[in-house]
Amino acid sequence: MAFDQNSKRIFKVVGSRPPRPDGVEKVTGRALYGADMTAPGMLSGAILRSPHAHARIVSIDTSAAEALQGVKAVVTSADFGVPDDEFLRDVQDNCMARGKVLYHGHALGAVAATSAAVAKQALALIVVDYEILPHVTDVDAAMRPDAPVVQEGRSLENVGPGLSQNVTSYCEFGHGDLDAGFDQADLIISRSFKTAATHQGYIEPHACLASLSADGRGDLWCCTQGQFFVRTLCAGILGIEASQLRVTASEIGGGFGGKTTVFIEPVALTLARKSGRPVKIVMSREEVFKATGPTVSSSMDIKIGMTREGRITAAQAQLRYQGGAFPCGTVEMGAQAAFAAYDLAAVQTQGWNVLTNRPKEAAYRAPGAPMAIYAVESVVDELCQQLALDPLAVRLMNAAQKGTLSSYGPTFDDIGLRATLEAAQAHPHYSAPLRPNQGRGLSCGFWFNFGGNTCVSLNINTDGTVGITEGNPDIGGSRASISLMAAEELGIPYDKVRTIVADTSSLGYNDVTDGSRVTFSVGLATIEAARSAIKVMCGRAARIWGIEEDAVIWEDGCAKPAGPNAGAFPPMSLAEIAAVSANTGGPIAGHFEVNADGAGVSFGVHLADVEVDPETGATKVLRYTVFQDAGKAVHPDYVEGQMQGGAVQGIGWALNEEYIYGADGRLQNAGFLDYRTPVASDLPNIDTVILEIPNPGHPYGVRGVGETPIVPPLAALSNAVSRAIGVRLNELPMSPPKVLGAIMQRG
Amino acid sequence: MRYERPQTATQAAQLLANEPGLARILAGGTDVLVQMKAGMVTPDLVVDIKKIAQIGNIQSEEGGYRIGAAVSGAQLGEHAGVCAQWPGVVEAAQLIGSTQVQGRATMVGNLCNGSPAADSVPALVAANAVARITGPNGTRDCPVADIPAGPGRTTLTKGELITSVFLPARPQGAADAYLRFTPRTEMDIAVASAAVSLTLDAQGRCCEARVVLGAVAPRVVLVAEAAAALIGTHLEPPALDAMVAACRAACAPIDDKRGTVAFRTQVAGVLAKRAAVIAQTRAGAKS
Amino acid sequence: MKTIQISTTVNGDALETLCAPDETLLDVLRNRLGLTGVKEGCGTGDCGACSVTLDGRLVCSCLVLGVEADGAHIGTVEGLADHDHLHPLQRHFIDGAALQCGICTPGILVAAKALLDRNPDPSESEIRYWLAGNLCRCTGYDKIIKAVQSAAAEMRSA
Repeated sequence: MAFDQNSKRIFKVVGSRPPRPDGVEKVTGRALYGADMTAPGMLSGAILRSPHAHARIVSIDTSAAEALQGVKAVVTSADFGVPDDEFLRDVQDNCMARGKVLYHGHALGAVAATSAAVAKQALALIVVDYEILPHVTDVDAAMRPDAPVVQEGRSLENVGPGLSQNVTSYCEFGHGDLDAGFDQADLIISRSFKTAATHQGYIEPHACLASLSADGRGDLWCCTQGQFFVRTLCAGILGIEASQLRVTASEIGGGFGGKTTVFIEPVALTLARKSGRPVKIVMSREEVFKATGPTVSSSMDIKIGMTREGRITAAQAQLRYQGGAFPCGTVEMGAQAAFAAYDLAAVQTQGWNVLTNRPKEAAYRAPGAPMAIYAVESVVDELCQQLALDPLAVRLMNAAQKGTLSSYGPTFDDIGLRATLEAAQAHPHYSAPLRPNQGRGLSCGFWFNFGGNTCVSLNINTDGTVGITEGNPDIGGSRASISLMAAEELGIPYDKVRTIVADTSSLGYNDVTDGSRVTFSVGLATIEAARSAIKVMCGRAARIWGIEEDAVIWEDGCAKPAGPNAGAFPPMSLAEIAAVSANTGGPIAGHFEVNADGAGVSFGVHLADVEVDPETGATKVLRYTVFQDAGKAVHPDYVEGQMQGGAVQGIGWALNEEYIYGADGRLQNAGFLDYRTPVASDLPNIDTVILEIPNPGHPYGVRGVGETPIVPPLAALSNAVSRAIGVRLNELPMSPPKVLGAIMQRG
Repeated sequence: MRYERPQTATQAAQLLANEPGLARILAGGTDVLVQMKAGMVTPDLVVDIKKIAQIGNIQSEEGGYRIGAAVSGAQLGEHAGVCAQWPGVVEAAQLIGSTQVQGRATMVGNLCNGSPAADSVPALVAANAVARITGPNGTRDCPVADIPAGPGRTTLTKGELITSVFLPARPQGAADAYLRFTPRTEMDIAVASAAVSLTLDAQGRCCEARVVLGAVAPRVVLVAEAAAALIGTHLEPPALDAMVAACRAACAPIDDKRGTVAFRTQVAGVLAKRAAVIAQTRAGAKS
Repeated sequence: MKTIQISTTVNGDALETLCAPDETLLDVLRNRLGLTGVKEGCGTGDCGACSVTLDGRLVCSCLVLGVEADGAHIGTVEGLADHDHLHPLQRHFIDGAALQCGICTPGILVAAKALLDRNPDPSESEIRYWLAGNLCRCTGYDKIIKAVQSAAAEMRSA
């Protein structure tokens, strides 16, 4: 769907900042989230989880639990089938362990009872005999040939010899002659990096309410980023037809990628089937940390060569990501994103995905990209320091632009990197003075952005209002953006449009809300659905006027004769056409279905100022500015919101957030007290600068904006801290003991 | 689980003494409810002490203040007299948890929870605070310093409860301060902490001092050598350096998810030095 | 476990309910009184999503027993608006885009109101520290702080 080139368009409502349609519901406490729904006769479900990192399940005795008064169903893997499809089998095995428990917190049984208290009591009565196995949680340790094997037979052929079977897959990207490139360099720096696993940290724990009656018809209410994908997974696991399972997405209390798969939903449905009653499961915060999908942790080697003037001559990255106990493909994203910001003659990235005894990773905002780009941007910064070059000027000198052959294959179309860097360079933040113990860091960020399967219905109501039915849960204000685009295209006020998120029985398939795809893809489909409704409305006006359909145009929310030759008729508004639709052919609607491409990549640049306490290693963020290309900011408040929220998640990742495992393989910080997400008093204001370089693949030029902002903070802060203390840190998080240790070693 | 809400401390002590199962005292509840949620404790009896007369009050006594066991951090912070006399104790109590937790959490609960990282305990020990205890056999007073027995344990015997802590009167030129280190600015547990209470004579020389460290040993540590390093000085750099060295020598911390031995030891000294300077400044302003 | 009858006043309404002695006020509000605007994010006092006022004092309802509410006055997000007339904080949160997913919003509104009731003109730093117990993962707090400031300004000039 091409950018409307003819439209040196003056937008009327797109780009304005109206109140979000779900605002009042959310500020009054009326909005219904995953845990807020109840059903008559509902039971409470609870899940038994492994206390061990790795163990064979010798036996499970559920008889005492079943005998407890109030218990209506107990399930284990024996109550599930074994799906033929490997992916589905992995999803199921992650929800309910079969044969082995693969990580601390892995589910292996569940009960449904008349109250939460009884369910909890019943869990304590399930007797499990475990044979404890050796475990591994570190990525480098898991790759060694003698490492404990998490799952046998999961390694693909392209993994080279000499590695543990925990290494499931390998990938490689790049172009050019590396040796020749490094030969041209005046300075080559090679460094190794590690980053800890982090969690999305959404405030709403996973929750669902499932019913499945004897005739195989089911209903599932859950907090998810993709009700259609939940249906696919649950119908596959339960062995029921998609049409028989209606999945409704609740309001969602944060996801950031972590609610793109299922953890409790198939369990609740299985309990509902076995008990014949609706079953609700709500995860505790501890369960969320132990048994949902944090990010990968990584170990990386980066080598970059640069000339004295700052031109990068060659670049190489080796990325090793552990994604928990089941195979994943996250390193491919990192390997493709690592050098995306640079126009390079010689570049190579290699990636290895690795199994460990940790929960299976799930997407987290630009999955795979932040750690790789952190490592690359750290080395680029160190090169600039050693060559005494301005880090922004160096990035501008090497910046990818339209026509650049990207490091991962495609040739870039219009992109906003250069404009974003120039905006940062011109901003007062970049030249503001710094005091002792303070440092300024910068980093570029990148995300591909997704399109994908999308389906929108747009109904013209007879009173002149418009209803839009779309299929993607609203995680960042998308209902407002979609309504704005419909209002823009139809030429009516924003408040005449209401957008709702449909259940799986009310609309065709929509991909998950992920990869920053919704404002782009659903927006595009909404614009096209509006255009198809406009065509119908023009036809109705033509009919009323008795002229040819192609002699009618749509302008300012009205059908008008195309010119003087078409006849002299006063314009008919949308409301006027809608009011008489029953007499002119019936209801008016537009719809559009597409597997959208052309999402248009996204670049951002962040500037961070920090002050480090030289006696304690504590880092305070003093000032922070985000520069990002949004293509077209449909609702600028929520574009800024994405930029600010992503930046703060990245700040947490850089400074304090991490999964901490003990020598016993158990997670030690499964709670918000010791998993330290930033609190309000940790932060300054997050300033934002939106650039608008239209995406050629969208009628209004829209690009996704949600992922990119989590990418730059890691290196921006690492570069700032390193400059503040005069010594480089190559590991995240930069928790105070590490920073103080570096300061004391420096002397 | 039974829930009881006695009207007197004696009744509370009897309930606690007579319970054959596990009994827990409920004041602010900010520790016990977390432990119940985590399944760490499953009490058979919870004794809510908030209906006991005076237990929620702050009273003047002999020039000092008696702080009821159910007085929350927020209440303490609103009391101008205590804030003026014991600013270090108040700032320590006010570091326990969020605004929400401050609405409930009490210093006595913080003390009885037995955490080596409890914020208010170093400040109370530095203040020479005395706990008043009611038990099945009557009432006794005990220095706060003698209450902690180790992580999660106290020296209180079955049936005993602390009903108040007493903060003594202050001479001219006396002040205290408390600092802790946490990775975040709020919502965190002390990785190391230090409380300093000192008195300056008319010449501004330190004539009395107590230096106490938290989170660097199984119990709160009163470092006499650190105090000795300050007494008789104006807290000049050599005196502070000696105090820091004494503090670090007194540390016997552990490595855990919140910090390392080396970090805790290093930072405890830094905090003690900074707290001493703050206390000195406060004392100077008062003298 | 034998349930106990409690009488409490929630958002000005006198209510009676039964609750188990170990049930939290959060569970009583959500499961027995239907006030699902009070959210559970952690159950351990670390996120603030369940913030309510208890006799005027801001607390985490997950750290209060339901039985402690007997005879007490509770304020929740459901009591902020006067019928269909939103509280200035609620309006400024919408107008200032201070919410995204909205799960933390009820707790933050209750906490912010408790702040402005005590201090009508808080500094940015005072707001940030007061709200440090309310985690938000969507907004980075920036627009929340600004919405509290703008609501406070409006309330001062009213």
